[in-house]
Amino acid sequence: MDRMPRWADLVLIPVISLLLAAVISGLVILAIGHNPLEALGIMVSGSVGSTYGWGYTLYYATNFMFTGLAVAVANHARLFNIGGEGQAVIGGLGVALVALYIPWPHWSLALLGSIAASALFGAAWAAIPAILQAKRGSHIVITTIMFNFIAAALLNYLLVGPLKPTGTMETATAPFPEATHIPSFRDMFSFGETILFRGTPANLAFFLAVLLCLLVWLLIWKTRLGYEIRAFGFSEGAARYAGIGSTKIIVVTMLISGALAGMMAVNNTLGEAERLILNAVEGAGFIGIAVALMGRSHPLGVFLASILFGILYQGGGELQFALGIPREMIVVIQALVIMFTGALDNMVRMPLERLFARRRPAPAPVAPPGPTLHPPGRPAAPTNPGTAATE
Amino acid sequence: MTTRSTFLGAAAVLALSTGAALADPAVIFDLGGKFDKSFNESAFTGAERWKAETGTAYGEFELTAEPQREQAIRRFAEQGYSPIVMVGFMSATPLNEIAPDYPDTKFVIVDAVVEQPNVQSVVFNEHEGSYLVGMLAGMASESGTVGFVGGMDIPLIRKFGCGYAQGVKAANPDATVLANFTGTTPAAWNDPARGSELTLAQISQGADVVFAAAGATGVGVLQTAADEDILSIGVDSNQNYLHPGEVLTSMVKRVDNAVYDAMKAGEAVEPGVQVLGVASEGVGYALDEHNEALITPEMRAAVDDASARIASGELTVHDYMSDETCPAISF
Amino acid sequence: MTSAVQSQTQSQGQSQGQSQATPAIELRGISKAFGPVQANKDISIRVMPGTIHGIIGENGAGKSTLMSILYGFYHADSGEILIDGRPTRIPDSQAAIRAGIGMVFQHFKLVENFTVLENVVLGAEDSGLLRPSLARARSELRRLAQDYELEVDPDAVIEEIGVGFQQRVEILKALYRKADILILDEPTGVLTPPEADHLFRILRNLREQGKTIILITHKLREIMEITDTVSVMRRGEMTATVRTADTSPAQLAELMVGRKVLLQVDKAPAHPGAPVLEVENLRVTDAKGVERLKGVSLAVRAGEILGIAGVAGNGQSELLQVLGGTMRATGAVRLNGRPLDLSGREDARDRRAAGIGHVPEDRQTQGLILDFAAWENVALGYHDREAYTNGPMMDQAAMKADTADKMQRFDVRPPNPLLAAKNFSGGNQQKIVVAREIESGPALLLIGQPTRGVDIGAIEFIHKQIVALRDQGKAILLVSVELDEILSLSDRIAVMFDGRIMGERLAGQTDAGELGLLMAGITEGAR
Repeated sequence: MDRMPRWADLVLIPVISLLLAAVISGLVILAIGHNPLEALGIMVSGSVGSTYGWGYTLYYATNFMFTGLAVAVANHARLFNIGGEGQAVIGGLGVALVALYIPWPHWSLALLGSIAASALFGAAWAAIPAILQAKRGSHIVITTIMFNFIAAALLNYLLVGPLKPTGTMETATAPFPEATHIPSFRDMFSFGETILFRGTPANLAFFLAVLLCLLVWLLIWKTRLGYEIRAFGFSEGAARYAGIGSTKIIVVTMLISGALAGMMAVNNTLGEAERLILNAVEGAGFIGIAVALMGRSHPLGVFLASILFGILYQGGGELQFALGIPREMIVVIQALVIMFTGALDNMVRMPLERLFARRRPAPAPVAPPGPTLHPPGRPAAPTNPGTAATE
Repeated sequence: MTTRSTFLGAAAVLALSTGAALADPAVIFDLGGKFDKSFNESAFTGAERWKAETGTAYGEFELTAEPQREQAIRRFAEQGYSPIVMVGFMSATPLNEIAPDYPDTKFVIVDAVVEQPNVQSVVFNEHEGSYLVGMLAGMASESGTVGFVGGMDIPLIRKFGCGYAQGVKAANPDATVLANFTGTTPAAWNDPARGSELTLAQISQGADVVFAAAGATGVGVLQTAADEDILSIGVDSNQNYLHPGEVLTSMVKRVDNAVYDAMKAGEAVEPGVQVLGVASEGVGYALDEHNEALITPEMRAAVDDASARIASGELTVHDYMSDETCPAISF
Repeated sequence: MTSAVQSQTQSQGQSQGQSQATPAIELRGISKAFGPVQANKDISIRVMPGTIHGIIGENGAGKSTLMSILYGFYHADSGEILIDGRPTRIPDSQAAIRAGIGMVFQHFKLVENFTVLENVVLGAEDSGLLRPSLARARSELRRLAQDYELEVDPDAVIEEIGVGFQQRVEILKALYRKADILILDEPTGVLTPPEADHLFRILRNLREQGKTIILITHKLREIMEITDTVSVMRRGEMTATVRTADTSPAQLAELMVGRKVLLQVDKAPAHPGAPVLEVENLRVTDAKGVERLKGVSLAVRAGEILGIAGVAGNGQSELLQVLGGTMRATGAVRLNGRPLDLSGREDARDRRAAGIGHVPEDRQTQGLILDFAAWENVALGYHDREAYTNGPMMDQAAMKADTADKMQRFDVRPPNPLLAAKNFSGGNQQKIVVAREIESGPALLLIGQPTRGVDIGAIEFIHKQIVALRDQGKAILLVSVELDEILSLSDRIAVMFDGRIMGERLAGQTDAGELGLLMAGITEGAR
């Protein structure tokens, strides 16, 4: 039996988790001498109160959508891909190579080329852990973590050496040519005198992320491959019994996952920085894990959780501007939200399940048993409440 | 607006943001944060010194994400702050794009060059300072082998190492310079244990003076050198006091002075490139009561002579970053 | 009856005239709910000292919950427990042990790499030092072994002795802790018939020594053979408590199910045709290097049911998995004369394409995906058949319609294709699997433990479907650890022991005794 209605699982639990996080964050803010309500107001208005706020919120959200989808797809095959970080780093390398070394005539072609390159690079980076898992049983959590380090080291080598323009101090490639610059929200949504999204990094890649949410939904729930991925994820034994090959599912799922993470580079590297910088990914690969957890590995959930995390990122920055709250405190607040929505799910879930179980009408009132061959003695003595067994 | 005293600071900022332009300066710290024991902290020290002297508040922001570089610069510019001081070379490209949008605002960037009419770029000749401490190392070494422990392997740190190696060779042409980097990720700035390991490794190869240019990693280098009874050289700020009598000297890089000077100049800050080298005392070696017993009069005379010749232009120390090669050592 | 109990029972003003002596254990009005599920409803039992009391019921009837309450794993929502007439609280298993209750679980709780002696002492050491405990335990074990026919080598390591002996260790553990009341949960599930016979001898000995035994089982034969009284549970309620001598298997079955059931499978004689499946010298070595199949050869002909009897773990599972395409092997297998690839190049999908249907032994981890809806499960293994697909997409409308149709014809309740498999009862889950595999039109149907954890009503239905398939001229390979099921369904019976076929018999010409010996590895010649 399902323990509680679906709406409670999908809506109530995240909302309660968020409220709990908000309350504790409020106490933190109070403890350092600020008004929590004022802080909340600044966070909300600073992130969603203007096109300026949205421009940043949606930029961050776009990053998290890519990495969140990557984690979500892998989750459906019960593969815990924590290599989104490295795959996004390598995806950025793919974007940088095509943007720098291919003379694109128009941004639209550069965009297509970058999507292909970032997906390809990200997938390739995920392929090695996938093959090691499928063929040799090397645990994918460990291999993907290690590949994050290798990706960071590789990018570092390239940005300190071969890809760095001589004479600059920045660990970054040269800026990409003008022809590769994809439209930002400002370019797309400003009319005549009205300039919207001024100075903000949100760009066309947001729509790519939304499109990918839709495609992932189709993949997982409507295609045969998605069926096989889910079957494998729910029960490896049943998948084998059904003739669904584990090697194929592990490798294909990780390729898709890696490609999704890699495509994040379209947003942060092609769309925003317009050059490849060393720490371009900045932990978005790990935020993707929290996003996928909170979004229940469903693309719609990932979309909404990404927006929430975008709000947290942008709102956190605004808090620092407006109140001078130290950035460490802002990290604490962000971590509280991640902890409550991602890791402490059961803390909210279990009491709620009990609550729903109690509210549900009891199944058929217990009538005294009819006459049997042995009339049972029914004591009227008070029942023994006792303490619950903890075994 | 609240009257509670705890919110006065916030109120002041909000007042600024509503357009009551006071042309206060603002400082943007880089991703390491203002307590990084390295150049961000040095910048913070300079800013605090200015604040203590003038009694005026300044705007500040610690970056936590790359896109915030542009965001922070624009926010301060739109709120009327000037000059806006930022430390860290990674802000060069965003600043180069944004500066023209705010022609009436002055910007100062430390550790990078941005060629815009309203930007002052402050860079240091770290190779010169490193050259001086290299000379001291070369003269102090009895084994003829000295070490260099860099933080993250980036050109800037190689610039330190290259200047250092040149100084060592100048003092002792037969000396051997061992060079290691802690790592290739930003974590290399904060890994004292690894710094300690590298120091031990260099000691086992005969090094008896080690120069740490590695942020917080250097703490481990200096500690291990003191434990193993060899000499070490600190970096950025004067670290001689950490192990009195065991730290030969420190290669000081006065980021605090640069920030302080910029804030003091206010809106009158002069655009253009400010190169702070030995001549302008932007870099140098530290001499105080903690290490005076280690520096003999001859050593002091030799280094001061080199200093003077660098300042006069008579002696040129090769800058690794000019062509990414080094005549004295290969990395 | 002691005065204490008098005062307890007088307060409810009910007649206690039936009791002449104090029951060793008495439950009064025990109720327990898990969320919305009422696992036990107002259960009352009294078990006299020195008797064996059976509790029978289908899977999910609430037997295990009741015993867990008695052993302190769960706490009842209401009701009370009396031991020797004294109301006793049992908040945890330590309290149960102190009250003199010992439990032998279906899945043994032994430390595999400890010796028998160490396992017996574990948790009952009487001092900080182990040696005196072990010495005391050794002499105690010797005494128990003599008294109850419970011989076990105290220094044998658990993982090296057979399951029958492991079970004896569990009983010894309970007795060592001075248990007067012994609860055994499905104790014969893992035993060969001779081992089960030995267990029953031990239980009778214990009864003679005055111990009280509660035997939980779903096997009517065992109840009839050994118990003095029996209680029947159905859907969390105690439907009856009777003296075993006064009842019959048919009556018990009816009480369990709530309606009349046909215990015997009604089938006409087989008319076997040409061989469909031929297996020659099949060998399987597992990952640990242990040979699981040691040269199995057999044949199944069209229109016959070949039953494979044997105690679990003697190679039957491997045989099914090799034929079903999920395990590699060496040897030769031919289906309708065409050889199958055993090297691992062909998977389960290829086997299905070749015409092999497979109802796996474990529907929960293989046959079904519990989190999938019924319609998704009906497509499992057949999801890329043309009828279900639309290019790379699934034709969900077709899949759901087909599922609704199958559910209706196989009487799956509730007939809702959108319901997740985990929400169906065991019997209905199995019907989904059976429907899927039978309706795929196989030339050969592999069917493992078709009625494990399935209620009696569904057993009847599934058996009928298997026989009907046989009568259509299909070949059926049946694997079951339930000897009764093998005997009643099969036309021919092969017995597996230790990876080999010990012998083959025609169903009409053998009996449980002969098969039981073969299952224990004893052949005519060896006797």
